[in-house]
Amino acid sequence: MTANPGGTPTIVLVGHGMVGQRFLEALAERGLTATHRVVVLCEEPRPAYDRVQLTSYFSGRTPEDLSLTDLRFIEEHGIELHVGDPAESIDRGARKVTARSGLVVGYDVLVLATGSYPFVPPVPNKDAEGCFVYRTVEDVLAIEEYARSRAKTGAVVGGGLLGLEAAGALKGLGLASHIVEFAPRLMPVQVDEGGGAALLRTIEEMGLTVHTGVGTQEIVVDASGAVTGMKLSDGSELATDLVVFSAGVRPRDQLARDCGLEVGERGGITVDEQCRTVTDPNVFAVGECALAADGRVYGLVAPGYEQAETAAAAIAGDARAFTGADLSTKLKLLGVDVASFGDAHGTTEDCLDVVYSDSRAGLYKKLVVGRDGTLLGGILVGDAEAYGTLRALTGSVPPVAPESLVLPAGAGQSAQLGPSALPDDAVICSCHNVTKGTIRGAVTEHRCTTVPEVKKCTRAGTGCGSCVKVLGRLVDAELEASGVEVDRGLCGCFSQTREELYEIVLALRITSYQDLLDRYGREGARGGEGCEICKPAVASIIASLAPAIGASTYVLDGEQAALQDTNDHFLANLQKNGSYSVVPRIPGGEIAPEKLIVIGEIARDFGLYTKITGGQRIDMFGARVEQLPLIWARLVDAGFESGHAYGKSLRTVKSCVGQTWCRYGVQDSVRMAIDLELRYRGLRSPHKLKSAVSGCQRECAEARSKDFGVIATANGWNLYVGGNGGATPRHADLLAQDLSDAELIRLIDRFLMFYIRTADRLERTSTWLERIPGGLEHVRDVVVHDSLGICDELEALMAAHVANYRDEWAETVNDPERLARFVSFVNAPDTPDPVVSFVPERDQIKPDLPLLDIGRRPADEILEGSAQR
Amino acid sequence: MTLALETTDLKVQLRLAEGWFTVCDLSTLIPGRGAAALLPDGRQVAVFTDRAGNVYAIDNRDPFTGAAVLSRGLTGSHQGRPFVASPLLKQRFDLQTGQCLDDETVRVTAYEVKAA
Ligand code: SRM
Ligand SMILES: Cc1cc2nc3c(=O)[nH]c(=O)nc-3n(C[C@H](O)[C@H](O)[C@H](O)COP(=O)(O)OP(=O)(O)OC[C@H]3O[C@@H](n4cnc5c(N)ncnc54)[C@H](O)[C@@H]3O)c2cc1C
Ligand code: SF4
Ligand code: FES
Repeated sequence: MTANPGGTPTIVLVGHGMVGQRFLEALAERGLTATHRVVVLCEEPRPAYDRVQLTSYFSGRTPEDLSLTDLRFIEEHGIELHVGDPAESIDRGARKVTARSGLVVGYDVLVLATGSYPFVPPVPNKDAEGCFVYRTVEDVLAIEEYARSRAKTGAVVGGGLLGLEAAGALKGLGLASHIVEFAPRLMPVQVDEGGGAALLRTIEEMGLTVHTGVGTQEIVVDASGAVTGMKLSDGSELATDLVVFSAGVRPRDQLARDCGLEVGERGGITVDEQCRTVTDPNVFAVGECALAADGRVYGLVAPGYEQAETAAAAIAGDARAFTGADLSTKLKLLGVDVASFGDAHGTTEDCLDVVYSDSRAGLYKKLVVGRDGTLLGGILVGDAEAYGTLRALTGSVPPVAPESLVLPAGAGQSAQLGPSALPDDAVICSCHNVTKGTIRGAVTEHRCTTVPEVKKCTRAGTGCGSCVKVLGRLVDAELEASGVEVDRGLCGCFSQTREELYEIVLALRITSYQDLLDRYGREGARGGEGCEICKPAVASIIASLAPAIGASTYVLDGEQAALQDTNDHFLANLQKNGSYSVVPRIPGGEIAPEKLIVIGEIARDFGLYTKITGGQRIDMFGARVEQLPLIWARLVDAGFESGHAYGKSLRTVKSCVGQTWCRYGVQDSVRMAIDLELRYRGLRSPHKLKSAVSGCQRECAEARSKDFGVIATANGWNLYVGGNGGATPRHADLLAQDLSDAELIRLIDRFLMFYIRTADRLERTSTWLERIPGGLEHVRDVVVHDSLGICDELEALMAAHVANYRDEWAETVNDPERLARFVSFVNAPDTPDPVVSFVPERDQIKPDLPLLDIGRRPADEILEGSAQR
Repeated sequence: MTLALETTDLKVQLRLAEGWFTVCDLSTLIPGRGAAALLPDGRQVAVFTDRAGNVYAIDNRDPFTGAAVLSRGLTGSHQGRPFVASPLLKQRFDLQTGQCLDDETVRVTAYEVKAA
């Protein structure tokens, strides 16, 4: 019998959460969407999204970015998705589901994927205004709105994984944040006492207040019924304007109970190893609402995904079983790495602990080892680098002594285990349950040669992302092992590295890209057009060396113009709607009132949006191509020049006000910042360069987050190198101390030229310093002690750059032939691009974007210039 | 040896429904870079030339962002096929067919074009 007599059999899915969506994908992969009608009832007002990354909403990801549902997928597979329409009742006899809208759907197979609901302890006033839970996009939107308009302090009930995330979110919203945890430590499920202590210390240092060992007894409200505080079990009262309950989750099994399906004592729809309910062979349950055959309800997404695959297999008549899953997790909570894997709490008989703990640094690492040396599990807090390898080694005897695996690098006999030490059945990606063997297969059998290809082929690394590092090392190792020489060439056109090309250009004084390509390119690339990777990279090498090799120092001269990234080509920064931004140089961030006024006037006259940048200067946005020369002409007249905001070149040298005004300052940091900015302006390099100068140890200019940072001392200057803000922040390392002005500049000259010579394309000084053999020590040997005997040459190259610097804007404005390129249309020079339009916002303008969305690349691939494949 | 093509008098022309439409002099294009042109019906086209003097034309609108910027991307060749990489999010488009090389479901219009 089918629910749709004479028609195709019907599968009804109740719940379109993370696991539900995965189930649909599994159906499609098995061809079941072609042979079945598939109907989905989705309670939330939006289709499935990435709940695991919910908190990233607060760091700027929109609900759309979080979506897991590709509507084209839904359409292509003919899936009937009813958003905002939950199932209300199930009639198992008649095999019908009724939704809130009144829709009745008959089914042949019913799959429940209703997830969990947050547990709210039954304390008085738990539903008061200002009380929230943390589970859905709607929850997050409501918390944000309340926090912004009505709250200064927030408290989270529950110090588990979700509680900490919620507390981090509250802190990010600017609230003074408290965590109240009933257990004696944070994250009681994942970590032990020692781990809890390390976590506590780090979290308190971030400014959060933690109350452990106390329960919440009552929510206190004011006359209007809004939260004002909470009474705790130790008799104290905590004043707070907002409360988030995060005291655990419970399976959403009411629908199942109502229709007579068996549920566990503590909730969860009872299923067998095929994820079929034990009560009714036509009904399945997967994800957090299911009580699995091993008697557990899993609150993590990876086991849920496996259940989804299992249920789809069962429906297709394939054999597959879900018998239980690993509860290993690695998280970044409030920026702290926390990981636990295997038998983390050491419950195996006779097992031993190996513990390394440094609570001052917030580090705690424990390995649980069996009598025979088998690694059984462990906990890592503060540094979970080794997680991927350790988890995969669990269940085997590691090839080196366990203690060496937890010692910090450099301390005595620490050992770093490469992925080559892992067995083939080691699970590398636990989100998608991908083994090392599968990844090797992707490289050897499916001929993947890059990490993105392997990701696409195996799905590894496309969940939480915590395995990507190990994945990258594994792919490289595998390529090398299988004889494929890992191609370290710059791109498809050149087999040389950037460093090698630099040496070729310098030694042979090659000033033309075509010449380089035709003589030194790969066989098939010679005579061709090159590509978008090597063109700007070679343009940058030629520009860095221009005076020394006799090339033009103007980046838009001759062939050079064709090689530049679009930003360099227009000497401005392209914005999302095709307009440009203009950033004049403001050396050291110092600017006289008249010049400020000029910028204001220009922005007003051209209708530009203005903003103070993170680099201590002013950006003017919304210029059309044809307006650029007019804007520059006015700026140049007023004494401004290009700030190279568009170039892989020196950006800003920030300064603090320093000795001149500040009561603590010991040197004139503003003067030094201006000197440095003027010296290195226009210097093309493998990636952008940033600097800052602080007038004393208090470091108000944040010099240690810069590629080269300078901090004043009573005796001169300390030089730090290799700092970085951005996605992977790094504090700069001290290169030399107490330098005079001249010594400082000489060292920076050498350092920069050595970096430009040896770095890869788009490699900031921070990554370069960590990559090159010998690291900081080697760089110090070369630039301070001149161990390679090249310092004279490095200094001469820099001197040539400084002597030949010319302002690109002035040069362009004065060249009628070049100006002809600054039009929207070659055949209609006076017509502005009609796609570039604006709408008002907060007394200024913002781009009015054409509505169009065919999916964007994932965020990690759209960093500036990152067209790597 | 490369022969310098005599390009002074050549015009870049597009085939539209109404016939050939002249865009500009070939000599105004920089080999390896594009330029945008406005069509009579308000659409925008990105025209390119390469070092061999071939000309290409595709729609100027970047389908991933909606901005009319493909003419400002960097060009290259991949296995002998010429492409332009969008300056915004870097997806590549085949200059002969308009096919996006990074997403097989996306394609922009390609125009028949000649230098005459
Ligand atoms: C305008 C500005 C934001 C603002 O409104 O304040 C900005 C805007 C952009 N930044 Fe930035 N960054 C700006 C200051 C910073 C800072 C703060 C600073 O310089 O002190 C940082 C952290 C410091 C650092 O670089 O280490 C910063 C770290 C980044 C990164 C991450 C770099 C990294 O190594 O991880 C990127 C992405 C990249 O370069 O790949 C980036 C990329 C970008 C891009 C180019 C993104 C893009 O492709 O569209 C933005 C375009 C600039 C433009 O004008 O259109 N921006 N960016 C700031 C310009 C400063 C200036 O005056 O030149
Ligand atoms: C903030 C946060 C962080 C997390 N971090 C991690 C992490 O780092 N790692 C990890 O492994 N897990 C994490 N989790 C847990 C993870 O999100 C869940 O394990 C996963 O979402 C479970 O998927 P599911 O489909 O079973 O349930 P859900 O994703 O909750 O989906 C169930 C859906 O069913 C809907 N529904 C319920 N009843 C009905 C009905 N009657 N009719 C129709 N629809 C209905 C619900 O509205 C919901 O949309 C986190 C969870 C949260 C909230
Ligand atoms: S870094 Fe020192 S000198 Fe500079 S502003 Fe801060 S306290 Fe003053
Ligand atoms: S472990 Fe989460 S993506 Fe691989």
